[in-house]
Amino acid sequence: MTVTKTKELRRVIIEPVTRVEGHGKVSLLLDESNVVKQARLHIVEFRGFERFVQGRPYWEIPVLVQRLCGICPVSHHLAAVKAMDLIVGVDKLTPTAEKLRRLMHYGQMFQSHALHFFHLCSPDLLFGFDADPAIRNVIGVAIKFPDLAVQGVMMRKYGQELIKATAGKKVHGTGAIPGGVNKNLSVKERDAFLKDVDQMMKWSLGAVKIAKDYTVEHLQTLAPFGSFDSNHMSLVRKDGAMDLYHGNLRAIDSTGKKIFDQVDYQKYATYLAEEVRDWSYMKFPFIRSIGPENGWYRVGPLARINTCDFIDTPEAEKARKEFMAVTKNKPNNITMAYHWARMIELLHSMEKIQELLNDKDLQGKDLVLKGKRREEAVGMIEAPRGTLIHHYRVNQDDQVTMANLIVSTTHNNTPMNRAVQKVANDDLSGQKVITEGLLNHIEVAIRAYDPCLSCATHAMGKMPLIIELYDCEGRLIDSKATR
Amino acid sequence: MTAKRRGEARRRFLLVGYGNPGRLDDGLGPALAVQVEKLGIPGLTVDSDYQLTVEQAADVAGCDAVIFADADVSGPEPFGFREIQPTQATPGFSSHALEPEDVLALAHTMFKARTRGFALGIRGYRFNDFGEALSDEARKNLAAAVTFVEKTIRDGLSEWM
Repeated sequence: MTVTKTKELRRVIIEPVTRVEGHGKVSLLLDESNVVKQARLHIVEFRGFERFVQGRPYWEIPVLVQRLCGICPVSHHLAAVKAMDLIVGVDKLTPTAEKLRRLMHYGQMFQSHALHFFHLCSPDLLFGFDADPAIRNVIGVAIKFPDLAVQGVMMRKYGQELIKATAGKKVHGTGAIPGGVNKNLSVKERDAFLKDVDQMMKWSLGAVKIAKDYTVEHLQTLAPFGSFDSNHMSLVRKDGAMDLYHGNLRAIDSTGKKIFDQVDYQKYATYLAEEVRDWSYMKFPFIRSIGPENGWYRVGPLARINTCDFIDTPEAEKARKEFMAVTKNKPNNITMAYHWARMIELLHSMEKIQELLNDKDLQGKDLVLKGKRREEAVGMIEAPRGTLIHHYRVNQDDQVTMANLIVSTTHNNTPMNRAVQKVANDDLSGQKVITEGLLNHIEVAIRAYDPCLSCATHAMGKMPLIIELYDCEGRLIDSKATR
Repeated sequence: MTAKRRGEARRRFLLVGYGNPGRLDDGLGPALAVQVEKLGIPGLTVDSDYQLTVEQAADVAGCDAVIFADADVSGPEPFGFREIQPTQATPGFSSHALEPEDVLALAHTMFKARTRGFALGIRGYRFNDFGEALSDEARKNLAAAVTFVEKTIRDGLSEWM
């Protein structure tokens, strides 16, 4: 929904969008009857990382690119190192190296999904979208639902400790290196994690139940909320199983029909393209064969559950079947179902962690391989928020000469904008008074995607929430700021 | 050693040095953590991170007192040290980056802890550029802060608790 004549319209700004990663803003243009004429999610930060890394030696990249983000650095670490494996001529890692990387990745998925569900979105689900913002936050959850808050904290901590043990540090670790890893997991470290596995499994099963019960109980309200039919894309294993660490690309349409399948991700640029728009620093990717108008797609937990044929861990597979039954085994296009899908992935990650911790290969000593140097490679991984693409060219002097990164949230750019437009039309249009609760409806729809809008900043907690209201002449008539 | 001092030695302390080492003097908190950890002070656990996060509430709850150490853009030289109270206002934004008062509040609320909290602000001067080096002035302030933390923790924070 784009409007060219904006002078007669009233502008409402939500800036920054809260309880998401990074900084974004929403602008709404309303006419004199408060009907929404245009709704957009703007990404207002500029990264420029593709330029920063040019000229740097390739072996620095898996560490350097983590500076993109203080929230999911492991995803960038692993996507970059997967590309650099190929640059150093390694097509297949040693079992120890691959399993350690997978453990690091599942630890990342586990902590990220736990934090999002229990601390970022749960205030909306537990208190209601329109609840008093004074209680609709993490402290409110801690006061009213202390057991859940503690579970969220302890699950996040468990995942972070796994990252520390495999990557060397909780944030910006160095564990994965081109061709392998630089350490294994000691028996002492393994036993410390095994001690808490049963508790983590129990809480993971409980989290799936909470998300499922909430979604099913509120299905009538949630089904249309910010929802629309869309394409979906993710990596899947060769046999169609969900695989969060490695696989080939699969895209399906809203009915489940395959658009492409088992595409070697080295060829991603043949299948995907990106469009630039002048009002956002975030690009708009689309499937080339369909074009920019209808070729946009969703990624992340909802897309992954929709695209895979099955999950190879028993409890998560059982949960997936229950999830798919809601839409009679057709793709689920309900935006708010992202939360339930995310918790199924959390459970799957925990099952994988348990499986890996009991694998003696983690104590192996064969850590790194080398091969014949290559000059170009793509690394891809399913990050917590969706498919993450790192593409590099490296010259004979070992310097990076080209980098292209398509981060998970970028894939979801058009879907998030659609969700904002849908909620603005359904919930805000024509309202005489636009309350904070109503504006939160828009944020709830964005939050379902768990977007990471930029690298984390130290000053994040100090930024005020500003909502500005302009009249038809463009004059600021009201402004509210909260911490 | 007196009985009182033996009792103090059993106290558990946590030092959390936070900030972004890639933004010059913003790395003062993590730099302090590195230096203090090397001292091996009994009863002290040291943690370092880019920012404060919710799971640190669990670590805070497990100790008698916590010191949150951060770079300070405008505080006293070489550093400022004060006791903090759990926040009464609720964090309205993101739970990925919290203030020390918020982490303390989460520790008290979720884990029923009564941990005392302190904020150490080490004065820095250069923040608006990329680089992993501290300025000369910040390094001097860091040295003073390390000496202060060592003495204060070895004394069991006796002046404050």
